[in-house]
Amino acid sequence: MVSPEPRARTGSNRKAQLGQFAGYLTATAGVLLGATLLVVSLWRPDAFSGLRMMAADIVAPAGSAGAVGRASSRNVFEAIAGYYRAGSRNAALEREVQIARVKLVEAQATEQENARLKGLLGLKDEDAKPVAFGRLIGSTSASARRFAYLSVGSRQGVLPGMPVVSPNGLVGRVLEGGADSARVLLLTDSESLVPVRRAKDNVVAFAEGRSDGSLRLRLVNLGLNPIQRGDVFVTSGAGGLFRPGVPVAVAMRLTKDGAIGQLLSNPAATDIVAVEPIWQQTAVRALAAPAPDAVAR
Amino acid sequence: MASTSLSERRINRTHSPVIALGVPWLSVLLGSLAVWLPIIAPAPVLPPLGFVVLLAWRLLRPGLFPLWAGLPLGMFDDLFSGQPLGSGVLLFSLALVGIELIEFRFPWRGFLLDWGLAVAILAVYLSAAALLSGARMTPVQLTVIVPQLVLSVVLYPLVARVVAVLDRLRLLRVRRLD
Repeated sequence: MVSPEPRARTGSNRKAQLGQFAGYLTATAGVLLGATLLVVSLWRPDAFSGLRMMAADIVAPAGSAGAVGRASSRNVFEAIAGYYRAGSRNAALEREVQIARVKLVEAQATEQENARLKGLLGLKDEDAKPVAFGRLIGSTSASARRFAYLSVGSRQGVLPGMPVVSPNGLVGRVLEGGADSARVLLLTDSESLVPVRRAKDNVVAFAEGRSDGSLRLRLVNLGLNPIQRGDVFVTSGAGGLFRPGVPVAVAMRLTKDGAIGQLLSNPAATDIVAVEPIWQQTAVRALAAPAPDAVAR
Repeated sequence: MASTSLSERRINRTHSPVIALGVPWLSVLLGSLAVWLPIIAPAPVLPPLGFVVLLAWRLLRPGLFPLWAGLPLGMFDDLFSGQPLGSGVLLFSLALVGIELIEFRFPWRGFLLDWGLAVAILAVYLSAAALLSGARMTPVQLTVIVPQLVLSVVLYPLVARVVAVLDRLRLLRVRRLD
């Protein structure tokens, strides 16, 4: 048992009494200041973003070093695991290659037809050229909000609102940018809302974050729920922030007004991400050019 | 251990105030920096380490942290935790005042009681932090806290041990008296 220190009982010692009083006073001041700051930052979420990003810029180099370690250590484990599964994987890979060969020919045919049709329509391929490449170097893993920190910032051209993409799909969008780091709102944050559509047709929905690692796909047109398990959803391009066609989620469980989707690009498994420009600007340019309306089919 | 060899040289040595006061503060700040560990979590998984370390210090060594310590420590935590600025200041300060009042009532405690107290405070802290986070409150949001709380409960004794080791380190007699 730890014996209590006699600090709490000040007795008739005037100085100790005053000291304790001052302690309570400062603590109360701390509580009040905290409450005030909290009200301000809930009212204006970006009120202290400068302060936050300055602090993030200072710590980011250490985080980057850790992120490099994460990537390399994962490779080490994967390499070791690979030895255990070499035989069965070999057979599986051979099967896959055979299927892939067939698919490749099919894809080539589709590509040719695509090019021909696009030529007919007079459309140009407008690839969104990434602004910068960076690593996810940390995340608010103890908070109910889902933010991640990115190792590139405004000095690399990263601005708030830009989509962050990994090879597997959409990760989130930049919320605040520091000089050499940025804060990303992940798709699973409850404030994140992305307009999506089903990849194979035009069933439109919203993908809302559920902060437990999954997404809630809410259909825009209510009625019979056409979604089936395994349906892949991609960004629709509505709203102009995200370019269309970036994979977002796959439906796992059906609900009354849509489905619960699993994230396609799990930020925990992504290493390098690309920051893309806000799509709207290209959309505005495309509208200015006299082109046939390709969306209305 | 290193401490035995150092404790042999106890004559003519005293504590260094920099280490004695610096280690506790630094350890809490480092706990807050756990956000920068390369864990990109799609859901909240880690316990709020800065707060847990502060709690462990406070329960192990009453009086080491002044009552106003919640202000700077909470502010630092807010810069990185993803919570709106001010939530840490408020909750850290409230926790310190709360423990002070509880301690006034129940001055004698053992480790199990400390653990129980820490669990109760962490449960309140995590729910309050979720409520104040500015995220929309859904039933899912509340269930998400549960794994985090369980991990915090399990982790607390470990953190308390680490803090106890740091406490011995902090009181090493390293400064020469001349």
